[in-house]
Amino acid sequence: MMKNNELSIYRRIGAKLYLTVLLLALYVPIAVIIIFSFTQTKVLGNWTGFSLGLYTNLFIGEAGHSLNMAIFNTVFIALVAAFLSTLLGTMAAFGIFYTRSRIRNKVLMVNQIPIINPDIITGVSLFLLFVALGISRGMVAVIIAHIVFCTPYVVLCVMPRLEKMPANLYEAAIDLGATPSQTFYKVIIPELLPGMVSGFVLSLALSIDDFAVTLFTKGSDGLNTLSTYIYADARKGGLTPELRPLFTIIFVVLLILLVVINFRSKKHEED
Amino acid sequence: MFHFNDIHTRSRWAWPYIIFLFCFVVMPLVMIVIYAFEDNTGAFTLNNFVRFFTRSEAINTFFYSLGIAFYTTLVCFLLGFPAAYFMGMEEYKVSTVLAMLFILPMSFNSLLRTIATVEVFSLANIPLGEGTLMFGMVYNFLPFMIYPIYNTIQKMDKSVIEAARDLGANRKEVFIKIIFPLSMPGVYSGIAMVFMPTVSTFAITELLTRNKIKLFGSIIQENIQSGVLLNYGAALSFIMLVFILLTNLFNKTEGVNDEK
Repeated sequence: MMKNNELSIYRRIGAKLYLTVLLLALYVPIAVIIIFSFTQTKVLGNWTGFSLGLYTNLFIGEAGHSLNMAIFNTVFIALVAAFLSTLLGTMAAFGIFYTRSRIRNKVLMVNQIPIINPDIITGVSLFLLFVALGISRGMVAVIIAHIVFCTPYVVLCVMPRLEKMPANLYEAAIDLGATPSQTFYKVIIPELLPGMVSGFVLSLALSIDDFAVTLFTKGSDGLNTLSTYIYADARKGGLTPELRPLFTIIFVVLLILLVVINFRSKKHEED
Repeated sequence: MFHFNDIHTRSRWAWPYIIFLFCFVVMPLVMIVIYAFEDNTGAFTLNNFVRFFTRSEAINTFFYSLGIAFYTTLVCFLLGFPAAYFMGMEEYKVSTVLAMLFILPMSFNSLLRTIATVEVFSLANIPLGEGTLMFGMVYNFLPFMIYPIYNTIQKMDKSVIEAARDLGANRKEVFIKIIFPLSMPGVYSGIAMVFMPTVSTFAITELLTRNKIKLFGSIIQENIQSGVLLNYGAALSFIMLVFILLTNLFNKTEGVNDEK
């Protein structure tokens, strides 16, 4: 209607062009890796014919063994750390919410520390603590370290749910005859569940993606997650070719997840 | 009476986490301070800091890191802001899938992304050095700049913009006086998400330059992991910690000013 408010077609095309170029630049390295996952060459850029050899190697081959261990460790650590973080963080959010505001603010301030600190500081500080106390580094230390940087996010995910919860919900359920434990499992937990789920998912993502904190807490017994494996591998020079199919698989899974989430939220909007 | 008691016991749910925070967040930071002021026999010393301030190598690395981080943040902002703006304003009709594609690399292991970049450089016969370091950093951290700004612009109350237009502001004025100031919280968190990680990263730097260039994170990691210069490494971490504290205080005052 109002001509001067309408965006000219040139601006719109210009914007799309800019975004496309930027996206292409972002995706070139990813595309190269994906393309060269379908050939067996050791060196990138040297196409030796189409082959799915790397994919079979990844799952059953000799070369895949230590890599598979690393993948297993990554998933195991992420699941345990995310589960414990969600438990600890939800309890914490619940308790903090009912704490006097002066103490609450202090706890929430300390809660921010692992979020603000760069990974290297979290890693170094835990490394020094474990060294000083003579605690051996390894799987348990890594899981504790991951709980350190995951739980604050769980707290931040659950707190808004508590704030949204009607203040007298608990009392109302009790008045209506529910026992305290019934109230907890049937009233309170369902209210907090969306926050807990996003905290859990976020923790999984943070844990899987972590590198620096794991490096400082994994010790020297050969424990590796995917990140530290890749680091050690790249340091030796040359990337294990089997990482290329792995990279491709992770990428495709993420892409599918993204599309599914997008369609679901669109459907949600239409409903 | 019941009510009061009940509230009182509910706060106990936080105790496990408070204890956990004390043991694994506060104590580790105290450890950094203790180690930073000790020599390797455990006696009090300031030598670790003297070492830092008198050795040009360490202090140069520190300022060099700040420089690299500054330029990385600047380039990320210059490239990222328009992208976030186009995606966040509905009038450009950019699909959400496109917006999601910008965020997708963020959920991807950053080391793998970096190695992919290095491979592309070697494929194109580009020697690794400062240029590739900057490119790789921007490549790695750009999504972290775009996402918070995109979020802020998307959630912005668009009726303010309409009001400004109705009152006769042109596109440029609307952008400078309304959209840009309102997107500042996103810009701040974008800067925070790019600047500090750039200073402290070590693996990405190492891979992108084949260890030719060292940033502050690299020398912390080297000294800590060598075992010999543990206390010196702790002192470097302490310096970084102070630096983080100062930047956060600065951020806080910015926030207060915003509210006024």
